[in-house]
Amino acid sequence: MTLVIEAAVLGVLTGGVYALMASGLTLIFGVMRIINVGHGALVVLGAYLSFALFRSLHMDPFLSLVVTMPVMFALGVVLQLVFIRPLKTDREALSVLVTYALALGIEGVLGYVFTTNFVELRAWYETASFEVFGFHITWVYVFGFALCLTILGALFLMLYRTSFGGAIRATMLNRTAAQLIGVDVDRVAAIAFGIGVATAAAGGVVFGITNAFNPGSHYDLISRLLTIIVLGGLGSLRGAVIAALIMLVSEDITQVLISPVWANFVFFVILVVILIVRPQGLYGVRVRDRI
Amino acid sequence: MSGTRTLAITPGRVTALKGLAMLLVAILALILPLIAPDPATTGMAVFTVMYVGLASAWNIMGGYTGYISLGHAAFFGFGAYSFGLMINHLNMAPGYLPFVLVPVAGLLTAALAVGIGWVALRTRAATFVIVTIAFMFMLQLLGENLVKLTGGGAGLALPYSHDWGGDFFNIPYYYAMLALAVLTIGVSWWIRRSKFGLGLLAIRDDEDKALAVGVPTRSFKLTAFVISAVLVGMIGAVYAYYVTYLYPQFAFDPLIGISMVLMAFLGGLGTVSGPVIGALLLEPAQMEFAYRFGASRLYLVFYAAVFLIVILLLPRGIVPSVADLVHSWRRRRQAGPTAGGSRNAPVSAGEEPPATAQQRLASP
Repeated sequence: MTLVIEAAVLGVLTGGVYALMASGLTLIFGVMRIINVGHGALVVLGAYLSFALFRSLHMDPFLSLVVTMPVMFALGVVLQLVFIRPLKTDREALSVLVTYALALGIEGVLGYVFTTNFVELRAWYETASFEVFGFHITWVYVFGFALCLTILGALFLMLYRTSFGGAIRATMLNRTAAQLIGVDVDRVAAIAFGIGVATAAAGGVVFGITNAFNPGSHYDLISRLLTIIVLGGLGSLRGAVIAALIMLVSEDITQVLISPVWANFVFFVILVVILIVRPQGLYGVRVRDRI
Repeated sequence: MSGTRTLAITPGRVTALKGLAMLLVAILALILPLIAPDPATTGMAVFTVMYVGLASAWNIMGGYTGYISLGHAAFFGFGAYSFGLMINHLNMAPGYLPFVLVPVAGLLTAALAVGIGWVALRTRAATFVIVTIAFMFMLQLLGENLVKLTGGGAGLALPYSHDWGGDFFNIPYYYAMLALAVLTIGVSWWIRRSKFGLGLLAIRDDEDKALAVGVPTRSFKLTAFVISAVLVGMIGAVYAYYVTYLYPQFAFDPLIGISMVLMAFLGGLGTVSGPVIGALLLEPAQMEFAYRFGASRLYLVFYAAVFLIVILLLPRGIVPSVADLVHSWRRRRQAGPTAGGSRNAPVSAGEEPPATAQQRLASP
């Protein structure tokens, strides 16, 4: 039983990281109606940027976010301007292919620069742990969870308390109507994409400390992230956060109760069940032509 | 309509030209092993013809109905593994006989596709794309985890014929792949001409309206999905027999899934010849690149670049763009004021004179 509780706690802590990565993905979908299949690759890219800073300047991975997040934000804006904006027709389908291509390109470049050997971000809190009620918890999970809470909190504040956040939400609700009331939707889209990519960088750091990764790691990541946002309901931030927690907790509990090799499988089982019961996801709305 | 001027491009002449080109390609494909018998060329030919079949099969679902599946590698790998398991458990002697298992693998894939399709087709557009990706990773994971059945990450070995040595080794597989590719193109062509195909195009244009005018969208979509999956599964079976060793991460490779999509897009989505042309252009180029830069993973960058260029510059693909050129040239030659009309309808089918599926449905 203690093992199950420990697994659940760990699930919540890692769930926070996935919540952060998935919220960037679902934000991008909500604003632009595109699925960023390259999100996993961008997470891995963020991890590699921190890895490079650590290797050359011995910069602490969390501290390196001060550098990598703005860089990734700029990258996101550029990617949106160059590759997403030119898509005029059949955007949803084409964007999947374009972002898939971006993922392949990023994987190829990373493989060329860093080789395909697995690496890991290192810091003292990677292995050091503390004890609460007899449970051992490694510091990195706590730090990672705190970081994700902070960024998610900032994201929600920005969305619900600022006028720019209002513009984003208006664009998510109805692009044309937002345009009519004077929202510069193109600018909103570019910035939202940048924000999504910047959160990928933050997620990448925590992912990189808790997992060994290589340029090909993005396949596994993106399949999980996509499952999470479908479960939560495409475009719903709240849904993404809750879905991430559900997924990771059930994964970690399966790992303890059944076997580690089947832990991943739970993701897909939950997805299939949800699709049969509620195809629009937990917080999704069923709209004609959208689901 | 038949212009008799010497240089006029008439519909009759276009058809004749197309027929001639098809005949040439078919003859070339048939005698290729005689012209270039070296294993390097025939090996490349096996994979090229394999992708001709895969892209055409994918197009039956993705091109005609507009439902983009990025998870067709699931059916490819499933066909491959079911073939491998059957040949091993039946203790079949390698040779020509195991090819009879290919249709059986296709039938098994059909059963899987009905299940996956039933769940996945509850969703549309973006969600459908995601669900197909998820199913592909799910099957990959099953391949890795069901160690007793599949051998897991250690791989599954298949017997191979020692009689087919040297230059001959690739030949039986080449013709098997070619037969499947021809079958796929035939099925695709037949669907494109049938009322069923018309219904699929109507679904692509506007699914709700299609349902309203009486297209049984649910069963049509599922049928197209299953047909497409069966063909992919059979090609996967021949692939398994050819490579003789199956690993989950190579049989259920996301790159295979995305390659067929890219080829169909490059050639022209929803056309019969588009995926064929796309595969013929792309697969040899990709193999050459992987061969030269494979170790450095730079071939992925090449792949990404081709992909981006195709989608940003030629979003409709080669065949529809060329068809447009021909049409506008012909119109200029005729120079009649009546030649305008419905030409501007945004139909991406391209191979046929324009008219949206809905218009064609209305006038039987």
